[in-house]
Amino acid sequence: MTGMVALYIFMLAAFTGYEVISRVPVILHTPLMSGSNFVHGIVLVGAMVALGGAHTPLEKTIGFIGVLLGAGNAMGGYVVTERMLEMFKSSGARAARQRPH
Amino acid sequence: MPGGISAGLAIQASYFVTAVLFIMGLKRMSSPVTARSGILWAGAGMLVATLITFLYPGMSNYGLILPAMLIGGVLAWWSGKRVAMTNIPQMIALYNGMGGGAAAAIAAVELYRGGTEGYASTTLAVAGGIIGAVSFSGSLIAFGKLQGLITRSIRFRGQQLLNLLLLAVALVLGALVAAQLDASLAVVTGFFLLALLLGLTMTLPIGGADMPVVISLYNALTGLAVGLEGFVLNNAAMIIAGTVVGSAGTLLTQLMAKAMNRSLGNVLFSGFGDTGTAATGEVSGSLKPIEASDAGVMMAFASKVIVVPGYGMAVAQAQHKVWELCQLLIERGVQLRFAIHPVAGRMPGHMNVLLAEAGVPYDLIADLDEINAEFETADVALIIGANDVVNPVARTDKSSPIYGMPILNADKAKNVIVIKRGKGAGFSGIENALFYLDNTRMLYGDGQKAAAELIQAIKAVE
Repeated sequence: MTGMVALYIFMLAAFTGYEVISRVPVILHTPLMSGSNFVHGIVLVGAMVALGGAHTPLEKTIGFIGVLLGAGNAMGGYVVTERMLEMFKSSGARAARQRPH
Repeated sequence: MPGGISAGLAIQASYFVTAVLFIMGLKRMSSPVTARSGILWAGAGMLVATLITFLYPGMSNYGLILPAMLIGGVLAWWSGKRVAMTNIPQMIALYNGMGGGAAAAIAAVELYRGGTEGYASTTLAVAGGIIGAVSFSGSLIAFGKLQGLITRSIRFRGQQLLNLLLLAVALVLGALVAAQLDASLAVVTGFFLLALLLGLTMTLPIGGADMPVVISLYNALTGLAVGLEGFVLNNAAMIIAGTVVGSAGTLLTQLMAKAMNRSLGNVLFSGFGDTGTAATGEVSGSLKPIEASDAGVMMAFASKVIVVPGYGMAVAQAQHKVWELCQLLIERGVQLRFAIHPVAGRMPGHMNVLLAEAGVPYDLIADLDEINAEFETADVALIIGANDVVNPVARTDKSSPIYGMPILNADKAKNVIVIKRGKGAGFSGIENALFYLDNTRMLYGDGQKAAAELIQAIKAVE
């Protein structure tokens, strides 16, 4: 990837992030922060590649820690976000569910 | 080698799909209607990217990769499943710190093995390394503070100077590595240790009240670090996902800081939270207690009640009882709304999550701009575990640290009932003038117990 193309990608991705989040109601701030926390769990992929190319014991140890941490970021971020969003149901759906009791 | 080329193509295509799924997933998460499917989309993207990475050309050490993934994944899954909703903010801090640590680890491996080519790549690795390491250790401190493992904010004279010094030395070492003058084991190791130390010393003095902003900032920083390491590894999925999170997180951090009427610099560089200067402020009047039975009657015969929940409600796990109480009032024909301050709790939207957990429909929940004009016509404002966000001092007292912060105008209600555990000041350490007003009554007790007593009192009215 040439330097200029990389810069363009950086700029466009930055604007995308800004746009995606700019019209978010306050009630979704925490889930969205949690969701974006999950998305940067993609670091797992990089950690896998880094460990996959490690040679010395030092590199392997740090790579191992990296993969472990990255997997934790991805998995924890997903579980927590999913649990949080699970609770967001429209009041119509909730009323229907609550009517029996 | 044809196999290598097709694997490379498959990887690139999969990363492209992942990037699209991430962006669409985040987009869907920004509306309550589609939010639940959003995380599924993003999750699918993560799965695709992770699986295809096993085919990466020239990969070895599978015997280390798999157990590391298993250990990290299972521990995080287990902790994420069993954490109470109240403690979600610190878990986000923890998982975010892990991401920062992983980004720093990538930088460390690449720098140790000399895997970076050219000045640009090395510089990006160094930049991502310092940001990731600061985010890692800083997030761990934020986790410790919110979890109650670290109860004091450690401050001393010359702290800013020390931080600056640490940053300067870390940058010098980083520059040595980046300029490929000296990339020896000692210099690279020193660089990372200083960056980790900087994260600690930067975060330790920040008061607990500012933690939401700090977590959000570290979330953005981790995103940026991931994006930078993505450039180093030439990994499009990391570049796009990391940069999107970096900019979205920066915007979110700004929104939060604005809601608290503080600049980011102010949060990071001024000791706030327990300065204690205003804690001895000249508040006149006295605290007037009320019995639950009297408070229950007052609310039962009100025509309009506004409930203001705060972190105290979360700590007491009182959201279910509070909603039960509110349902009783609604059945009696009371017009009821919840008023949520943007920074109530430990994160923006934290209260909404807790109320959603209890089953409160979100159309009963109003934010600051919507509800503030309504307090004047409310018979009762019921404050549950909220403090600084309803302190009228923010409007009147220029010397107060929270002066200028937008607050909920609960003091304008005809009657104010405050459920509070004890007589202490709020998280910021500032005495709350609202509690001393003539129309305010204090209902002392744990939020859950007080709500239960109110329920009894209202049932007794019938």
